[in-house]
Amino acid sequence: MRDNTVEAPQTHTLLLEPSDGVALTFAPGQFTMLGRPGHAEIPISVSGAADHPELLEHTVRAVGDASAALIDARPGDVVLVRGPYGRGWEIADAEGGDVLIVAGGIGLAPLRPAILEVLAHRERYGRVTLVYGSRTPDQLIFQEELERWRGRFDVDVAVTVDSATPGWRGHVGLVTSLLPRDVDADSTMAFVCGPEIMMRLTADALVDAELPPGQVRVSMERNMKCGIGLCGHCQLRELFICVDGPVFGYQRVRSLLLGRGL
Amino acid sequence: MSGAGQHDDAPVVLDVAGLQALLGALVGRGYALIGPTVRGGAVVPGPIASVDDLPSGVGDQQEPGHYRLTATGRTEFFGYAAPAISWKPFLFPAERVVWRAADDGTTPVAPPESAPRQALIGVRACDLSAIQVQDRVFLQREHVDPDYATRRMSTFIVAVGCAHPASTCFCTSMGTGPVPDAGYDISLTELVDTGAHRFVATPGSPLGHDVLTELPGQAVGSDDLAAADHVGAQAVAAMGKGLGVDTFDLRDLLYANAEHLRWSEVAERCLACSNCTMACPTCFCVTAVDTSDLGAGPARLSVWDSCFAEGHSMLGDRPVRSTTRTRYRQWLTHKFASWIDQFGTSGCVGCGRCITWCPAGIDVREELAAIRETTGSPGPEEARS
Amino acid sequence: MKSIEQLLAENPFFEGLDDETLTTIAGCAQNVHLREGETLFQADDLADQCFVLRTGRVALEIVDSGGHGMIVDTVQAGDLVGLAWLVPPYRWDLDARAVEPVNAVAFDAMCLRTKCDKDPRVGYLLMQRVAGTMHDRIRSARVRLLDVYGVPGGS
Repeated sequence: MRDNTVEAPQTHTLLLEPSDGVALTFAPGQFTMLGRPGHAEIPISVSGAADHPELLEHTVRAVGDASAALIDARPGDVVLVRGPYGRGWEIADAEGGDVLIVAGGIGLAPLRPAILEVLAHRERYGRVTLVYGSRTPDQLIFQEELERWRGRFDVDVAVTVDSATPGWRGHVGLVTSLLPRDVDADSTMAFVCGPEIMMRLTADALVDAELPPGQVRVSMERNMKCGIGLCGHCQLRELFICVDGPVFGYQRVRSLLLGRGL
Repeated sequence: MSGAGQHDDAPVVLDVAGLQALLGALVGRGYALIGPTVRGGAVVPGPIASVDDLPSGVGDQQEPGHYRLTATGRTEFFGYAAPAISWKPFLFPAERVVWRAADDGTTPVAPPESAPRQALIGVRACDLSAIQVQDRVFLQREHVDPDYATRRMSTFIVAVGCAHPASTCFCTSMGTGPVPDAGYDISLTELVDTGAHRFVATPGSPLGHDVLTELPGQAVGSDDLAAADHVGAQAVAAMGKGLGVDTFDLRDLLYANAEHLRWSEVAERCLACSNCTMACPTCFCVTAVDTSDLGAGPARLSVWDSCFAEGHSMLGDRPVRSTTRTRYRQWLTHKFASWIDQFGTSGCVGCGRCITWCPAGIDVREELAAIRETTGSPGPEEARS
Repeated sequence: MKSIEQLLAENPFFEGLDDETLTTIAGCAQNVHLREGETLFQADDLADQCFVLRTGRVALEIVDSGGHGMIVDTVQAGDLVGLAWLVPPYRWDLDARAVEPVNAVAFDAMCLRTKCDKDPRVGYLLMQRVAGTMHDRIRSARVRLLDVYGVPGGS
């Protein structure tokens, strides 16, 4: 562990340096199995720039023992990393067209490498829009970077919260209320990440706006023990979230998302 | 290593002494013998030393939630259906070390890849198919399980054709038996009814062929070949009298019926005890367990898990599958439907262990038939008309 | 300069309305402009108007006597501000404040209600659109109540 920064209450970004000096290269949207020695491993998406993997970033939110142990790590502590695994955003598929990125809560973390890749090759894409929502203003992550992105003239950034706190003067409402109304359905690819309900409502709103479901990608999450398709835990009917995903075209998971307890 | 090769695969006949010589030849090549033994009122695979350790004259009677050994009154070694415990623990043990910490107490070190040679004696066709199903899971995808691969390479398989299926068997429905047709090094058919107690032995791999040539076997006469075929035919006929599974469009049927009332109904009986997943020769779920035992230091183990366990689908603070209903649906749908999309074959080999060992006597054949019956989906008869 | 009818015809809120109906309701309408920070109405005031936004954004807030409170919803261009004008006792339960410069069409509430009484067909067409706004607001409020981002155990 090189550095540990607080993004929001209980949500930290860990900066990791490989102890053997060999960078762990990854594609945006992939995850690693991350764990402090003596604690379980959990799947965490890589949240840093794919073209600078020598310092590996992961943004972790504490929801249980393993994640709490990770956010408590101090510089110099050892963190065990396995990976990268899974199918990522493959954002190059959007080259030549418009890019719409919709993030909810900590869902911005797995999307950050995709955003950085688009911005690093800005000329390859048309209109670029980021819509980001969180529960309350203090839960917004990467706030400094959001302001930098918002300051650019070639990116539209819209931020909302579910519930304001005193002093919040920004938008209040669901992320779906901020989706651009004039989206070019033919040439737009959307990349959506956040809680399942948020992804489903967003993807449905985009499909209502005439986007083909195959042009909307979501990132699914399930319990994982191995990350490599052998432990059986992450299955969603016939899909192994760890090897078939976690990123899927919405057409593939749409009906599965409507299932209950599948 | 099993598999058909380019060799002369003519069968030979072995008498009981010849079978003993086969066991001796395998021991001579460094294989530990694992065969059927009687323990705790059941036939279970365990270490054997000679034919004397085989369950001579032992048969079994199996029903949903019921298992009993019987005396067949014959000298057959393999007069039961299939061992109560499958061969799964010998290729995929219930507990395996994934890594141990190095001397620094932290750096994970994988265990050396080696497995002692083992010869599995008396593997039924259903269990052979189960091994092939697990081969697809562990060996034929992007990430290979190194422990399974090593054990598999060190394993010699002597299959035995089934003569006395149990009422819970349905390998014929699943296309996995009763006659072993691939995946063995040597396949035996036991003959006791006509003449001396003997075995028609067929090689199924170059290694199996080499071992057979060492033995005092005779070439097989046409009578014995016919008798061996008859054993298989009788087993098929016996199974035909019992309940089977209609596999026509079974995947689509189960996918389309996620909200079928039968799931709620079976959930009232199911105890979520996980017996079925433990007994099943193809189930492969594992979980990771971290231990720090003072002697050996920190280690991570891979331990059998079950989709019936509440924590199996834990996400955040609650499981995705929070009821017995959703967990039973997951198990059955995975086994008979999703498995086909994932691995290209059904996950079920029709061994019937889940039926026999269910304390509530739940019979998967009945459950599947009930779901099919009340949807009005056409069976093969209607589709052809 | 566009007429009120033209402004209404262009607005997504009135999409699909025939010219005759547009003319009828235009009779209750006037074009208004609000500066950033300007109040449209305050809680407990008489709800004698409603607004359909053309450009800009309006925050709906609940505040205490010290003026401290929270934004509970943001209304955007093409949406309706104000629902209490339809429901006795016709009193606002929220504050509404422009958070950006706003161009809107303001309707006299009594005028609109009277026109709906006189011509039920106009009333029905208008209520369909108001019901749409209510549906969106309720759904948004319910999903936000779910707290989909919530950390189990608090925070």
